[in-house]
Amino acid sequence: MKHSLPLHEVAAARAGDKGNVSSISVWPYDPRHYEDIKACLTADRVKKAFPNLFTGPVERYEMDELKGLNFVMRDALEGGVNSSLNLDAHGKSFSFLMLSIPVEVQLYNDDGSARD
Amino acid sequence: MQKDSTLRIGCGAGQAYDRIAPAKDLAQSGKLDFLVFECLAERTLAHGHAERMSNPSKGYNSMLEKRLMAVMKPAYDNKTRIVTNMGSANPRAAGEAAADVARKLGLQGLRIGVVEGDDVTALVSDNTELPEVKKTVREFGRPMIGANAYLGADAIVPALEQGADIVITGRVADPSLFVAAIAHRYGWKLDDWQRLANGTMVGHLLECTTQVTGGYFADPGFKDVPDLVNLGYPIAEVKESGEAVITKLDGTGGLVSPLTVKEQLIYEVHDPRAYLTPDVTADFSRVKVQEDARDRIKVSNAGGRERPPKLKALVAFDGGLRAEAEISYSGPNAQERASLALEVVRERMRQHNCQDAIRFDLIGVNSIHGTGVKRVTDTQDVRLRAAMRTFDRDMADALLSEVDGMHMGGPAGGGGYRSSIVPSVLTQPTYFDREKVPTRVTMVTA
Repeated sequence: MKHSLPLHEVAAARAGDKGNVSSISVWPYDPRHYEDIKACLTADRVKKAFPNLFTGPVERYEMDELKGLNFVMRDALEGGVNSSLNLDAHGKSFSFLMLSIPVEVQLYNDDGSARD
Repeated sequence: MQKDSTLRIGCGAGQAYDRIAPAKDLAQSGKLDFLVFECLAERTLAHGHAERMSNPSKGYNSMLEKRLMAVMKPAYDNKTRIVTNMGSANPRAAGEAAADVARKLGLQGLRIGVVEGDDVTALVSDNTELPEVKKTVREFGRPMIGANAYLGADAIVPALEQGADIVITGRVADPSLFVAAIAHRYGWKLDDWQRLANGTMVGHLLECTTQVTGGYFADPGFKDVPDLVNLGYPIAEVKESGEAVITKLDGTGGLVSPLTVKEQLIYEVHDPRAYLTPDVTADFSRVKVQEDARDRIKVSNAGGRERPPKLKALVAFDGGLRAEAEISYSGPNAQERASLALEVVRERMRQHNCQDAIRFDLIGVNSIHGTGVKRVTDTQDVRLRAAMRTFDRDMADALLSEVDGMHMGGPAGGGGYRSSIVPSVLTQPTYFDREKVPTRVTMVTA
C-alpha cells in the first residue's frame, strides 16, 4: 500500500536560477522511493501545484542512474533575478515549495519488507 | 605534462563576497596546484561596467586587493597558481592592482596574465536579437550598459602556457576557470570532449565553494551538517582522465557526501544530458558518485559531446530604480492592521498616478512564496513590504514616503520603517559566432 506524505519527508531538493528560468532537483533519500516519486511527481503535477507561480512550461528530466529528477520552470522568476520584485528574486526557496507537494510512496519496515 | 601524479585544485571563492579565511586555509594547507576564485554572478558585471564608467581604473572585484593580500604569499610559496574572474568589467586594471599587491608583499617578478576579449559591447547593435524575450535590443527599449561573452578554457590556457602565476579574467564560464587549469596541466586537447566533460563536472562541483561541502544543504532533523559555522572550501584531486575525488581540509566544518555532491552536480543545470559551456556539451546524467571515505567522494563518467557553436553573452541594461519600503505590525490583530496599511499605501500611490507595478508582501503571512501558495497563519508578527521598479525618482521617493507615512497616518502601532532605493540592472542573453570574439593575454610583471 502506498502512503501519501509531503515530499519533504522522503526527499531533498536544491533550487537554482538562470535568467528567468528556475530549476529544482529532487533527490529521494532512499533509492527505493525513486520509482514511486517518478510516477507521481510529474511535470504536470508540479505546474498544477503552483499555477500562479509556474506560469510557463515545466519540464522534467529523469536521471535513472543517479536516482534524481530535475525540474525546469521557464518564466518562473518574474523576469529573473535582475527584474523580479520578489524578496527571493532567485527563487532559492522554491526547493521547499517543491518539497511541500504530497507524494504517494511505498514505505518499508526495518527488515526491508513493504509496510502496509 | 605530468601524467602519474594527481592534480589538486581548490576553490577559494564562489561569489563576489565569499569568505576569505577558508581560502587562506586552502592556500596555506591545501597543497594545491591551482586555487580558483569565482566571483561573478549574472548581474555583478553590470555594476562593474557602471563603476568603470565613473572611474576608468575601477570596475573589477572590490575585494580583489583584500583577497589577494590574504592568499598571494602562501600560494606563491606553495607553488599554487591562482585563476580568477575577479577582473570583472576591467581585467587590465585588476591585473595592475594584483601587481601592486604582489609588490607590497615583496613578490617582485610575480607574473599576472590578464585575459581580455569578453567585453562584446561593441558587437551589440540595435538589431541584436534577445531570444529569451524574442525582441531586438531596440525593441527591448532600455539603455544598454554593456555586454560580455562567456569565454571558455581556450582563452585562459595561453596565459598558463606563458607561465602566469596568477590569471585574471573578466566574464568566463565558471567551470572553464577549472577546466583551463586541468587541461593545461595534463595537456588535454581542447576537442577531447570526454576529458573536458569530466573537467567541467569538477569545475561545476567546485565553483560554488561551500555548496558542495555542506552549505545550502542543512535541514535540521533531515539533513544535519556538522559545524556549519566553519565550513571548509572544496578541493578536487583530479586524475589525467578527469575523474576526481571531491574533498575538503581536515578539521574544517561541513561535510562532503554523495548527496551534497549530487545536489551541486545538477545545481543550475537544465537538461542534465546537455550542460552547455563554451568548452563542451556535458552529460551529467550518468555521473558515478561513490563514497571513498568520509568527506571523500569519487566522481567519474561525465559524458562529452562537441561544444556549442556559438558563445553566450549577457547584455546588461539600465533597469531604473528599485524602491523598497517596509513597516511592521505586531501583537493582537497584526494581520488586519498590516493589511489595512497595504490598502492605504496602494490607494495613496494610485492618487500619485503611479503607472509602475507595485508588489506588496505581508512578511510573516505570505511573502516569498506568496505567488505560489496562500497560507493560513495566526502569526502576530507581520511586516508590510512594498517594492517597485521605476525610472521616475519622484515616484520611488513617493513610495517610500507613503510607507513611512504609516507611522503617523496609518493603522495603530506600526513601527520599524526601513527603506532603500537602488539602481537596478536587467540582463538578457544573446549569442555570437566565436570568430567575432577574439581573446588575448597580456602579461603584467610585479
